[in-house]
Amino acid sequence: MSETQSTYNYKVVRQFAIMTVIWGIVGMLVGVIIAAQLVWPELNLGFLHFGRLRPLHTNAVIFAFGGCALFATSYYVVQRTCHTRLFSDGLAAFTFWGWQLVIVLAAVTLPLGMTSGKEYAELEWPIDILITLVWVAYAVVFFGTIAKRKVSHIYVANWFYGGFILAVALLHVVNSAEIPVTLTKSYSAYAGVQDAMVQWWYGHNAVGFFLTAGFLGMMYYFVPKQAERPVYSYRLSVVHFWALIFTYMWAGPHHLHYTALPDWTQSVGMLFSLILLAPSWGGMINGVMTLSGAWHKLRDDPILKFLITSLSFYGMSTFEGPMMAIKTVNALSHYTDWTVGHVHSGALGWVAMISIGSIYYLLPRLFGKSEMFSVRLITVHFWVATIGVVLYIASMWISGVMQGLMWRAVNADGTLTYSFVESVKASYPFWAIRFLGGVLFLTGMLVMAYNMFKTIAGGRSVDDARVLVPAAHHA
Amino acid sequence: MNDFVNQFWNWYVILLVLVSIIACAVVLWTQSLPPPAKLDTTGHVWDETLEEYNNPLPKWWMWLFYITVIFSLVYSFLYPTLGDYQGVLGWSSTGQLAKEEAKVAEQTRPLYTKYMQTDLKALAGDNAAMETGKRLYLTYCVQCHGADAKGSKGFPNLADADWQWGGEPAQIVETIAIGRNGVMPPHTQLGAETIKDLANYVRSLSGLPADSLRAGKGQEAFNSAGCSGCHGPDGKGMQALGAPNLTDKVWLYGSSESTIIETITKGRNNQMPAWKEFLGDEKVHVLAAYVLSLGPAAGGK
Repeated sequence: MSETQSTYNYKVVRQFAIMTVIWGIVGMLVGVIIAAQLVWPELNLGFLHFGRLRPLHTNAVIFAFGGCALFATSYYVVQRTCHTRLFSDGLAAFTFWGWQLVIVLAAVTLPLGMTSGKEYAELEWPIDILITLVWVAYAVVFFGTIAKRKVSHIYVANWFYGGFILAVALLHVVNSAEIPVTLTKSYSAYAGVQDAMVQWWYGHNAVGFFLTAGFLGMMYYFVPKQAERPVYSYRLSVVHFWALIFTYMWAGPHHLHYTALPDWTQSVGMLFSLILLAPSWGGMINGVMTLSGAWHKLRDDPILKFLITSLSFYGMSTFEGPMMAIKTVNALSHYTDWTVGHVHSGALGWVAMISIGSIYYLLPRLFGKSEMFSVRLITVHFWVATIGVVLYIASMWISGVMQGLMWRAVNADGTLTYSFVESVKASYPFWAIRFLGGVLFLTGMLVMAYNMFKTIAGGRSVDDARVLVPAAHHA
Repeated sequence: MNDFVNQFWNWYVILLVLVSIIACAVVLWTQSLPPPAKLDTTGHVWDETLEEYNNPLPKWWMWLFYITVIFSLVYSFLYPTLGDYQGVLGWSSTGQLAKEEAKVAEQTRPLYTKYMQTDLKALAGDNAAMETGKRLYLTYCVQCHGADAKGSKGFPNLADADWQWGGEPAQIVETIAIGRNGVMPPHTQLGAETIKDLANYVRSLSGLPADSLRAGKGQEAFNSAGCSGCHGPDGKGMQALGAPNLTDKVWLYGSSESTIIETITKGRNNQMPAWKEFLGDEKVHVLAAYVLSLGPAAGGK
């Protein structure tokens, strides 16, 4: 075996880990800006108005921040748990630079108004093709590494990462099928309610696979590592893995309740969303119970605080989701801020927090340090972020339920009690609180960036981490 | 009401849904039997320290899972879920909407019957009716005509004394019920110079500063180029066509020379949608009375 064959490829992990923090700040900054635009409408300047910046925010936090976190951790985890170097350094480098190019192109085209108009899939066709190429390379690197593993069993984290990579490839290719008109404009290959159904089949599975399955992979590595405890139940991971990846695929129609979608399709979406509750909680239970016997570690380990709190938010939002998928509840919640709050309890509470915890775990190891520059600052980050999330989702719950109730209030003469603009006016205080929550969460990310650069400055790039020989009784 | 091109797809959906719901329970059942011995690790180790216990599935969690599956099966037979099968309860989303609308219609019928029998001008003075009218306005009209009913560029002011299509009760009802389509044709063929003359003449009609030489030439063109055909020889407009009065200092698109030039050159095409089908005669009647109550003639706001 050559020298490079016997070390792990940490370079690509390092690149993605750093960009996770950078894009996190960028994406959340845009989020704070659009939150401010809702409170102070005069901040909608020129083409940098809410309508253009909102897709930039969602793309930046989901695909740039979340995507980089998934690339970084999956490349680290798959090497470490397969006891082998990545399948191809060249392809791995291509996925890094290709993905950064996708992000930069998104940041340029979306504010210019170039969009295919599909939520979370706004990018136009040339970028869609680039995403496909990067994704195929990612799949080759990941599954190639699995194929040359030195252990017989595939660790559970890799099931989730693998499921996420395959499903996202399928979702992206099917939903982005479009007919190009010019270089910057295309039209969907589907029409009418079928287009809507394909879009939300994609949209909900972007949540289910990009924002859930991949991050569960992260959970299954970093929680037991940081807690130094075995995973709670192998059996539970088998059941909830298969139930989760099977059931999520059906849940999309709950985004189209009370629309032109046939009633039976809406019902199927609602029922599978309800069935999804238990498989989702299976992941939470497996993560949280891994800590049993080591609860005391939660007291002074801020990384573990991030990881376990993220699982609590995961449990909360995967309870809330099935409830909101019930038609009668959806009749109240749909199109209100409640949906926005629900998404952010998942996105900030679950996705961001588990990523932040995992990146804090990775950084010292990638830069030859025993711990971060300041563990105290991780604790500060944790509390600032947690208060930010709580302010965000509590304000959105209140304004969401309030909007739903105001919109449906009817007088004795059959007219609506409130005009739409009255519900907007009543929402202002809560939008201000949401803005404050966002500012706090962003502040936490800035603290993280400072801590990261200080750690890097005092460390060295580790490129000589030897590939470990699998444990003896394993062979 | 068939969602499927043929029965194959109907049965495909029914079987796939049922099999998939039941499959969830089957996976759960097979994985809970026999329960693994507690606190055993699986014996595999990854990356030095990663191991797995094999604790049995938490009982409460298993039951939660089974309950959602049972609920789903029961629901599938009660509500439309299985392809074309409408469900035991006969519920549908369109049926629910129709029922709710019928209930409200039944409940409010005496009120609207009374309003319908009241003369429009009298209704405009009825405070309770005008509260209803205002709320209808804030739901259906506010988007174009504004919360203060003063309109904006392209959307007429409803609170002034000017009526583009006529301010008689029957005319207001007609405007709301069947809508209006106001067309000013483009006049590029007149050439830029003549159009500028016309714009100056139009401004002079409202007493706005204008180049008197151009206004004079514009007046000739006004009659020779056909403007007077719609707007009348004195520029006072024609309500039957919705051709605006050009002398009353009320401007739908703006009074600047450049805006008037744009209006004459490119023309304007404006539409008030028809509301009769959507709102019904009773609500149109109340809304017309409300619009009437806004005008200064009615002592409105």
